[in-house]
Amino acid sequence: MALVKNGTLVADDEWRFVAEADEIPAEGAVVVTARRWLKERDRFAGRNAPTGIKIEAGDDIKALAADIDRFGLVAVDFPKFNDGRGYSTAHLLRERYGYKGEIRAVGRVLRDSLLYMHRCGFDAFDIVDKDPLGAWRQKLGEMSVFYQPATDDRTPARELRHPRRPLARAS
Amino acid sequence: MTQEIVTANRLRDGAVVYLAPEGYWSERLADAVVVEGEVAAAELLGTAEAAVKAQIVVAPYRADVTLESGLPVPRTTKERIRSRGPSIHPELGKQAEGQPA
Amino acid sequence: MYRYDEYDHRILAERVEQFRDQVGRRIAGDISEDEFKPLRLMNGLYLQLHAYMLRVAIPYGMLSSTQLRKLAYIARRFDKGYGHFTTRQNIQYHWIKLEQAPDILGELAEVEMHAIQTSGNCVRNTTADQFAGVAFDEIEDPRVWCEIVRQWSTFHPEFSFLPRKFKIAITGSPHDRAALCVHDIGLRMHRDAAGEIGFEVMVGGGQGRTPMLAETIRPFLPKQYLLSYLEAILRVYNQLGRRDNIHKARIKILVGAVGAAEFARLVEAEWQASRNEDLELPAAEFERIHAHFALPPYEALPAETPAFHAKRFENREFARWVRTNVSRHKQPGYAIVTVSLKPEGGVPGDASDRQMEAMADIAERFSFGEVRVTHEQNLVLAHVKEADLYELWRNLGFFDLAAANAGLITDIIACPGLDYCSLANARSIPVSQAIGRRFADPERQARIGELKIKISGCINACGHHHVGHIGILGVDKKGEEFYQITLGGSADETAALGDIVGPAFAYDRVVDAVDTIVDTYLGIRIEGERFLDTYRRVGLQPFKERLYGAR
Ligand code: SF4
Repeated sequence: MALVKNGTLVADDEWRFVAEADEIPAEGAVVVTARRWLKERDRFAGRNAPTGIKIEAGDDIKALAADIDRFGLVAVDFPKFNDGRGYSTAHLLRERYGYKGEIRAVGRVLRDSLLYMHRCGFDAFDIVDKDPLGAWRQKLGEMSVFYQPATDDRTPARELRHPRRPLARAS
Repeated sequence: MTQEIVTANRLRDGAVVYLAPEGYWSERLADAVVVEGEVAAAELLGTAEAAVKAQIVVAPYRADVTLESGLPVPRTTKERIRSRGPSIHPELGKQAEGQPA
Repeated sequence: MYRYDEYDHRILAERVEQFRDQVGRRIAGDISEDEFKPLRLMNGLYLQLHAYMLRVAIPYGMLSSTQLRKLAYIARRFDKGYGHFTTRQNIQYHWIKLEQAPDILGELAEVEMHAIQTSGNCVRNTTADQFAGVAFDEIEDPRVWCEIVRQWSTFHPEFSFLPRKFKIAITGSPHDRAALCVHDIGLRMHRDAAGEIGFEVMVGGGQGRTPMLAETIRPFLPKQYLLSYLEAILRVYNQLGRRDNIHKARIKILVGAVGAAEFARLVEAEWQASRNEDLELPAAEFERIHAHFALPPYEALPAETPAFHAKRFENREFARWVRTNVSRHKQPGYAIVTVSLKPEGGVPGDASDRQMEAMADIAERFSFGEVRVTHEQNLVLAHVKEADLYELWRNLGFFDLAAANAGLITDIIACPGLDYCSLANARSIPVSQAIGRRFADPERQARIGELKIKISGCINACGHHHVGHIGILGVDKKGEEFYQITLGGSADETAALGDIVGPAFAYDRVVDAVDTIVDTYLGIRIEGERFLDTYRRVGLQPFKERLYGAR
């Protein structure tokens, strides 16, 4: 498992993931579960280091909306390769709640998930693969045309097809 | 006590195959190793794992048979059809290759 | 019909190479079967009883002659000379080798076809009315919207790992030929009071273990908002649909659990919050897609074709075929032809390579080179001149494609069942063949009238048994094949789920049971009633008594 962020391997990740029952260290960037954040959010107010949260599949992210700017990192957990809830979570974080910070995919983040995750707004990936960077490069380069707009800046085919025409709704 | 064989589909072409002596996978049910009892059947299935790891077969499992004139005969309709081919197409599959089912 | 441009082509070409790489990694042992399975399924490749099965998408059932010839070629070169048209308007090949699958996808890409999203927990092939564009009572051609949905849903990054598979169907006519009510989303185009065209949005239909009919969550959606509304539905489902139990993961279970009204509220809230003009289709793109579905250049013909009617009087068999297999066209002098893939003793939905090639030729000669696949496992020629019908019929006859039984008791839907399918409990095809033989007499079929028999080999209900007028479901009793019969199902605008008539019948008793049911109906029907009408009037009891009373 290794962290790939913005297309490069990150050797020394500053974030420390703190398990539910563990003490929160006084120093350093920590990631706590969303559940814990909601329970103990006041404790973090005076803390002098960045805080991130980890959203598990099934967490209601509406509850976190008001705090979203306080997080330096949002980790979204994929309990299984084919549990797709995290894709919607990332989409909502970016599009609905305007979150600009790092969204990191953690858990069962396999080679064949990377492109879709990137399209949904993830920018960091804790990849389960023997060659994480190779996986990243291969998978992000495999497709070059996309049908639908998503939470990324790739121009969908439907706009490439009509280069100079302004956008307007079909009537 | 029921008699059992181990069967699977071959990875490359999906063909129905049976675990035969010496770890060989045969397309003919008649070649299958027949064992009796839970211990022997579990052990036979265990030996199939090597072929899974070697990319020879996919998803091996045990199937009940009865012995008729010394040859294994499937006990379920499903295994009977697997060992022969579609019942609606006698000209296709193993049954068309003149194999005893 | 829709033709690919350079972008569509590039997407397909890249997909083929991606799959070639994945198959290579699997055969080399770099990935395990567990990791490979979801990848091959996303390319329509299943492992079935005798070999791999490849399910090729036929978007909303539309095929050109060129594509059909390619399907014939694949049947001959990579399979055993035939293919099976399914209730999802797709085609399946049953004897595929894994190592050849990438080459097959390459062949398909040459004719703008693929197997993308024909399996897996994603949005599947969107299905449509097979009479789209030509039905005399149509409000708007649904295929334009099907293609828009196809492009939007293909490799959708957010909705490729839904709780379960997801099926959308669209019609533009009042008469529902696309079984909307048994889809995850059914979209019915209609006009509101102001004369605007929009969609009635129905959600939560499905068959399988827990059959349910879709419920309307929005009576009228202005059509330009279709994509953002679909996204809202799928986002709610993706977040809230159950993932702990595969049998409870379809959207119907979610809709059933929270209630249609509450589900509608959730969708509306999501839709309002995510209203995003960027998601709707740019007008220029709508126009581009729309132009692909322009009707072919029909000739201006008189409404009546005397030569055609003369042939009907001369030839009784032709007349019979016209009565069952020819439907009214919106263009004067033209007709819609249903080509039955249910000849006596045949396999419902199967076509040989030669039949496919013959259909391609016939379509070129008589119907602007276009063929459609119906969810009832037949083919349709949508633009035939009435004056050509006789010649067409003769040509179909040469290839065993002229069965005069569309909509009759021998026009049976049957899934592959235990002859091919690894999930099956019992065989479907031999049952349909036996029923076909029992009722082969055309006079008797005509007397019975419209009667839809639908057979599934297991509770997954690929054969739509829940909505058959007579539904037959294969069940397993200690390794033996048994069949449970339901009555009164219907898949059209009067949709209903069938009622179980009683204990299941053994394999060799099921045809007699159907015979008894038909006999009962003939004995009690009132003049002009179809089977379904009689059933709705009298209910299960008379049938039950005749079937089980003697015991
Ligand atoms: S209904 Fe069952 S037996 Fe028939 S094709 Fe579907 S899964 Fe197979």
